[in-house]
Amino acid sequence: MPEVVVRKKVTCVEEIFHENGPAAGKPLRRAAALAVIRNPFAGSYIENIESFMDDLKPLGLAMARSLVAALGGDATVVEGYGKGAIVGSAGELEHGALWHVPGGYAMREVLGGAKAIVASTKKVGGPGTRLDVPVTHINASYVRSHFDAMEVAINDAPRADEILLALVMTTGARIHARVGGLKASEIKGEDGLR
Amino acid sequence: MKAKIRKIATFVEEIQREMDREISPPSRRAAAVAVIENPCAGTYVEDLSELMAIGEELGELLAARAVAALGIPGPSAESYGKAAAVGENGELEHAAAILHPKLGTPVRRVLGKGAALIPSSKKRGGMGVVLDIPLGHKDAAFVRSHFDGMEVRLNDAPRANEIMVAVAVTDSGRPLPRVGGLTKDQIKGEDGLR
Repeated sequence: MPEVVVRKKVTCVEEIFHENGPAAGKPLRRAAALAVIRNPFAGSYIENIESFMDDLKPLGLAMARSLVAALGGDATVVEGYGKGAIVGSAGELEHGALWHVPGGYAMREVLGGAKAIVASTKKVGGPGTRLDVPVTHINASYVRSHFDAMEVAINDAPRADEILLALVMTTGARIHARVGGLKASEIKGEDGLR
Repeated sequence: MKAKIRKIATFVEEIQREMDREISPPSRRAAAVAVIENPCAGTYVEDLSELMAIGEELGELLAARAVAALGIPGPSAESYGKAAAVGENGELEHAAAILHPKLGTPVRRVLGKGAALIPSSKKRGGMGVVLDIPLGHKDAAFVRSHFDGMEVRLNDAPRANEIMVAVAVTDSGRPLPRVGGLTKDQIKGEDGLR
């Protein structure tokens, strides 16, 4: 059972007041929690990697909690989420896929049972690689106002034998959302879609 | 044609080996990217219906180009995604207007089906900005082997008054999937999730 070794954590918060339109009454906030861990599978092909998903759960929970804290400490303000991973050059894309279960589980746990699938993306890249983490509504994937994304990067990560793990939470719709579709106020919240 | 297109680029990746293992058949993915004039650049425009109509056009055009680049019939495509990058004189909401209201229907028409939400990301940026297009299975969002992403970049786009619009299509999931979860042979394909 490989140990999860963290080299670095980064938290980013954006507060968006307007985007050349009428200033919103409530600014939109987006937060990203990033962790750089050693990739225990770097350097060779290892068939059985699935158990590392369990090993990552405590780190996922800590990151999800740090995001809620960065947004003021009240989990009920969180309306959108997403996750992602960047695998260093000595690893493979599949190592980033290990983040799907623990990253998603952690945010659902901290947010009290969010229903929608957690939007995600992943890639292999060198230090400074940037990742656009997709964001969707936590209870209904089709809420159009909450389709969003947040770009994240760390200049010195991931090194070749590392993985950069990312979780993102947001507090609401795009700042001037007005392209129709399902509204957050219309969510049934049963199937995670609508 | 409502969209004023300056350029269309097509990218195809073919993964033949991963971690020194042969991928047979190779895993392939394609992205088609259009660089268009942003008719709403430079000022706040309330009604974005012109961009929504452009999205409908581009959905068909880009999906057809991506499928053609892979050389497969539309219904053989397995996963898909979409993304847009708005030049600096535009607004994030312009990307939303292109991507969300009308682009999906023609993409699904080209691919035969497409019960799942089309994963998406968007951003504003200067020329050379990187777009990470999230990918998910087209009929069942929870197929874990197909959670992926594809990076695209054009050195000369988007200019300040332009928008870069991308659609990505694959013929398979990640090259060596082995983190469990729902597999494609278990898809029911009714609710877009499983």
